[in-house]
Amino acid sequence: MTRTLLSLSGISKQFSGKTVLDELSLTIDDGEFITLLGPSGCGKTTLLRMMAGFELPDQGTITLSGVDITQTPPENRPLNTVFQNYALFPHMSVFDNVAYGLKMEKRPKAEILERVEDALAMVQLEDFARRKPHQLSGGQQQRVAIARAVVKRPKMLLLDEPLSALDYKLRRTMQVELKRLQRELGITFVFVTHDQEEALSMSDRIVVLKDGYIQQLGTPREVYERPENVFTARFVGQTNFFPGRVTKIEGERISVDVFGLNRELGKPSFRVAMNQSLHVLLRPEDIRVLAPDDAEGVAGKIVERNYKGSTLDSVIELEDGSHVMASEFFDEDDPTFDYSIGERVRVSWVDGWEWLLAEEGDEPLTDEEELAADDAEH
Amino acid sequence: MRWLSRSYLALVYLLLYVPIVVLVIFSFNDSRTGYNWGGLSVRWYESLFSNHAMVQAMWNSLWLALTAATVSTCIGALTALALHRYRFRGKKVLNGMLFVVMMSPEIVLAISLLGLFLLLGLKLGYVSLLLAHVTFCLPFVVITVMARLSGFDERLPEAARDLGASDFTMTRTVLIPVIMPALLAGWLLGFTLSMDDVVVSTFVSGPSYEILPLRIYSMVRVGLKPEVNALGTLLLVFSLAMLMLSQWILSRSKQ
Repeated sequence: MTRTLLSLSGISKQFSGKTVLDELSLTIDDGEFITLLGPSGCGKTTLLRMMAGFELPDQGTITLSGVDITQTPPENRPLNTVFQNYALFPHMSVFDNVAYGLKMEKRPKAEILERVEDALAMVQLEDFARRKPHQLSGGQQQRVAIARAVVKRPKMLLLDEPLSALDYKLRRTMQVELKRLQRELGITFVFVTHDQEEALSMSDRIVVLKDGYIQQLGTPREVYERPENVFTARFVGQTNFFPGRVTKIEGERISVDVFGLNRELGKPSFRVAMNQSLHVLLRPEDIRVLAPDDAEGVAGKIVERNYKGSTLDSVIELEDGSHVMASEFFDEDDPTFDYSIGERVRVSWVDGWEWLLAEEGDEPLTDEEELAADDAEH
Repeated sequence: MRWLSRSYLALVYLLLYVPIVVLVIFSFNDSRTGYNWGGLSVRWYESLFSNHAMVQAMWNSLWLALTAATVSTCIGALTALALHRYRFRGKKVLNGMLFVVMMSPEIVLAISLLGLFLLLGLKLGYVSLLLAHVTFCLPFVVITVMARLSGFDERLPEAARDLGASDFTMTRTVLIPVIMPALLAGWLLGFTLSMDDVVVSTFVSGPSYEILPLRIYSMVRVGLKPEVNALGTLLLVFSLAMLMLSQWILSRSKQ
C-alpha cells in the first residue's frame, strides 16, 4: 500500500515574465524513487527547489504528509537536499559538515558523534572524518554531501543532478550506491537529472518535463516502451519515427502502410480514422537488418556503422532518403558480424514491437533539447 | 642579455629598498646630522619615548586606526553583503558612489568633510577624525569583501538553511567564516590607510587629538630630526609584524 508523502497541486512559477512551471500537479508516494527528467530549462530544478523551500510558487500549494508547507522556510522542512556541486562547507572538516544539521537540532554531543559516524560508515568514509572537503576527490565529496543530507533522517531526500560532475565510471558506481542507500534507508528520493539512461536505470517512476509541463509520468518501462507523445519518445532513448498511414480498421486491429509495407497492428489508445497519418515508432534495438535478397522488409544501404562493444549500431538509408537507426547485439551464432559502408540490406522489425503515436503539429526538437538529449546519451 | 635583465631587476629593488635600509641604519646613528656616521646608539629611540607628545600621538594614531578599521569593516561587510545578496532600487548608484569616494582626490574629500563638520558644529578631534577615516576606508573594505563574495558558492547558504539553520545562524556559522580572509584583509587595509593618512587628517583634526602622521609632518618641516628615523623604523617593524600576522591567520584558515 502506498501513501502520498508530498503533493504539489496547481503549481505555477514565473521568472521575470517567463513561465517556468504551469499549473503543475504531482503526488509523490512514500518510499519511492522518483526522477524528474527533462532538458535544461524544463523546470525540473525549479520544482525541486520549490520542494526544498528555496523558491516559492506564484500559485498552488505543496503539502507534506497532509500539512501545507507552501510557505514554510527551508530550515523548517523535514526534507534535505544533495546539491549539484555538493555545497560542502569549505571551512569545516568532513565530520563537522555531516554534524552541521544535527548541531542545528541541538542534539546531545554523544548522539551527534554516533549518528555522524554511522552516516560516514554508510558512505564508507569513516577514515576521512578529519579531512577538509578540498582534500577529497569528487566522488568522496559527493558521498559526504549524501551523508550530510541523510544524517538528519529526512522524510525525503532531494537530489539535484548529484552525479553530473562525476566521470562515467564513477557515475555508474554512485548510481548503484544511491539505489542501495535508498533501499536501506527507505527514504523517498526525488532525483533531478537530464540523463535519460540514469533515469531509466534508477527510478521507480519518471516524470518527463518540458517547458513546465509534465509530458509523461510513469515507470521507466512505460516511458521507454509506451511514450505518450513525440517529445517523450524523442527525449528518452533513440527512436525511429516511420511515417504510417491507416489503410484498414477492423475491430481491434488496424492496418498501417509503412514504406509500402502493409502491417497489421493492434488499435492504439487514441482515435484513428481511415487514411490518417501517424507515427510508427521503433527503437533501434527492435530493428531487424536482413540480407538484401530477403523477401521481407524495405531495401536500403548502410551509411554509417559504429562498433559499441556490446552492440553494432548502424544507420541505414532507405530508398526514399530517410534514415533508420539500428542497434544489434552480437550473438553466439555470429560474434564477428559487421557491415561495410554502402552495403545493401533490407530493414524490418518484429510485428508487435512498434508503438503508434498520433501526429501532433509535429515539432522537431529545438537545438537545446537535441543537445541535452545528446548529452544524456554519453 | 641575462646580466642586463638581472641588473635591471637589482636596480629596481635597490631603489625600492635602499631608502628604507638607510632609514633603519641611521635610526641607530649616534650623530645628530644625517650624513655622517657617529657610531651605534639607541639615543633617538630614547629621546622618542621621552617625548610625551610624540608617544601620545602614537597611541592616538593606533587607537584611531584600530577603531576606524573596525567600524569600516563592520559597515563595509554589511554593505557588501547587501549589494551582493539583494536587489533593490539604487543599487547601481550605491555601488558607483563607492568608487567615487575612492577615485576622487583626497583633498576634495578633506575639504568637503571639513565643510560638513563645520556646518554641523562638530568639534574637530577624535570623532571628526574617526568619521573621516571611516569614510575613506569604507570603499576599500566593501570592494575587498565583494570580491570574495563574488567567488562565493551560492549553494552554501542554501545548504545551511536546508540543514536547519536560520538566516542568522547561517550567517554566523557559514557566511562569515568563509569570507573571514576578506574581512581581515579589508580590516588591515583600513588600518594602514588610517595609520598613514595626512591629507584628510590635516583638515579634520583639532588640537585636542594629535596623530602621528601629522606630528611627523610638523617635525620634518623644521628639518629632518633623527627621531623621525627611529619612528620610521618602529612603524616599519610594526607593519611587518602585522603583515606576518595576517599571513599566518590566512594560512591557518586555509588548512
